[in-house]
Amino acid sequence: MSNNLLSVESLNKSFPGLNEPKKVLENISFTLSPWDSLAIMGPSGCGKTTLLLMIAGLLPSSGGSVKIEGESINGPTRKIGLVLQEYGLFPWKTVGANIMLGARLQKIEVLEKILSGLKSVLGIEGLDHLYPHQLSGGQRQRVALARALILRPSLLLLDEPFAAIDAITRERLQDRLLTVFGQRQFSFIIVTHNIEEAIFLGRRILILDNHTSSVNTIVDNPEVGDPHYRTKPAFFSLSTKLRGILEELD
Amino acid sequence: MKRQLLVTYLVTILIIYALWYILSLLLGSNLLPDPFLVLRQGISELDESLFWNHVVASFLRILAGLFFGFILAVPLGLFLGSNERLDRLFAPLIYLGYPIPKIVLMPIIFVLFGLGDTGKIVLITMIIFFQLLITTRDSAKKISMEVIYSLKSLGGNRWHFYRHVVWPVSLPGIFTSLRIGTGTAVAVLFFVESIATRKGLGFYIIDAWGRADYPTMFVGIIALSSIGIILYETFDLLERKLCKWKNA
Repeated sequence: MSNNLLSVESLNKSFPGLNEPKKVLENISFTLSPWDSLAIMGPSGCGKTTLLLMIAGLLPSSGGSVKIEGESINGPTRKIGLVLQEYGLFPWKTVGANIMLGARLQKIEVLEKILSGLKSVLGIEGLDHLYPHQLSGGQRQRVALARALILRPSLLLLDEPFAAIDAITRERLQDRLLTVFGQRQFSFIIVTHNIEEAIFLGRRILILDNHTSSVNTIVDNPEVGDPHYRTKPAFFSLSTKLRGILEELD
Repeated sequence: MKRQLLVTYLVTILIIYALWYILSLLLGSNLLPDPFLVLRQGISELDESLFWNHVVASFLRILAGLFFGFILAVPLGLFLGSNERLDRLFAPLIYLGYPIPKIVLMPIIFVLFGLGDTGKIVLITMIIFFQLLITTRDSAKKISMEVIYSLKSLGGNRWHFYRHVVWPVSLPGIFTSLRIGTGTAVAVLFFVESIATRKGLGFYIIDAWGRADYPTMFVGIIALSSIGIILYETFDLLERKLCKWKNA
C-alpha cells in the first residue's frame, strides 16, 4: 500500500468538438504525498483548471483515475478543499457566514477556538459582519482560504488564487499560506501563471504541455518552505530554468 | 431612513394637493373638485363600513393575485433558470405567452372561472405570473460557475444550491418584478372590478362617476392608489430586510 495522499493515473479529459472530441488532457499521472505541495504551470488553455476541477471531483474524467487516500474520487469530498481565482465567495452572505458555510452544509461543529485561531493566522479577525464587496482583494482571498481550511481538508486546491492581487499583497498571502501549511500540515496543489509563485510554493512544479495535452516535465524544488527563499541564488536559477521551458512551449 | 421616506411622501402629497387645488380653481368644474372637499368626503367615508368592504375586497383580490402569481412563478423561474435544457424546452411557450396582453383574455377567463372573485384573481395572477417568471428565470441564469463549484466543493447538494445560491441571487430581481407588477395589477384590478361586480374600489369609482359624485370618485381613486403604494413600500421594506448585502 502506497503512502500517497493523492494519485492521478493516466487521466484523460476530452470535451465534445465539432467533428471529433477535443482532447484537453492526455495521460496525466503524478502523485502527492501527505503534507506536500505541487505547483501546476503551463501556457493558457493547456487544461490546468480542468485538471484541478477533475481532482476536486467537479468534472468527470474521460479516462484514468484520481484517488485520494486510496479512494477513487467520484464527486466532491470533504477531504479536498477548493479556492478559486475569483474567490467563489457568496456576495449575499457575510464574511462569517461565508467562512462557516461548508461546516453548516455538512453539519460539522467547529470549535470557537479553532475558528478564531484560523482567522488570526490569516489576519481576518473582526470582519465577520462585513460582506465580500466591502473587503479588499487580499482579504477576500484570505476569507476564501479560511472557508476551505475550516473543514480541515487533507488536500487544498488553489486555482490562481492570487492572480488578481498586487505584487506585495500577493507575496504576503504566499507567506501566510506557507505559515498555515506549516501549522495545519495539509497538502496543496496550486495552479499559477506566476513562475516566482510556483517556485516559492511548490515542492514540485508540474508543467503541462498545450501541444500534447500531457505533462511536459516535473521539476523538483527541494528548498521550498524557506521564508527567505525568494532572495537565494537557487530561486533565481530555477526561475531561469522554468522560464526557458515555458518559452519553448509557448 | 423611515423618517426621510415619510417626509418625502408628505412633501409629495402637499405638492400634489397644491397643484390640484390650483388646477381645480382654474378649471372651475365639478369634474375636478376642490381637494379639501375630497379630503372631507374621505374622512367621512372612513366611518362607513360599506367603504371598508370595498377596500378589503380590492385588497384581498390583489393580494391573492400576487400570492398565487408568486408561488407559481418563482419556483418555476428558479427551476428553469438553473436548468438550461428545461429552459430551452419552455422558452417558446414563455415568449409566446408573455407579450399577449392578458386583459384581452378577460372574457374567456370570466367564462371559465365565473364573474366572481376567482375570475378576477386568475387574471391578476396571470399578469403577475409572467412578469415574475421571466425576471426570476433571468436572475437565476446569472449564476457563475465559480459559485456553483464553490458550493459543491463545500458539500452543497441540489437543495443547498436553491437555498443558498439561486434564491438569494434571484431575490432582488423578484422584488423589482413585484414592485413593477403591483402597478399593473392595480390597473387591472380597477378594470375587472368595473365590470359585473358590486364589490371593490373599481366598482366604487365607476359607481360614483355614474352618479356624477366626483368627490366620492376621487376618494376611491386615492384609496386604490394607496393600496398600490402600501404594497410597493412593503416590497421595498422586505427587500431591504432580505437583501441586506445590496445596501451594505
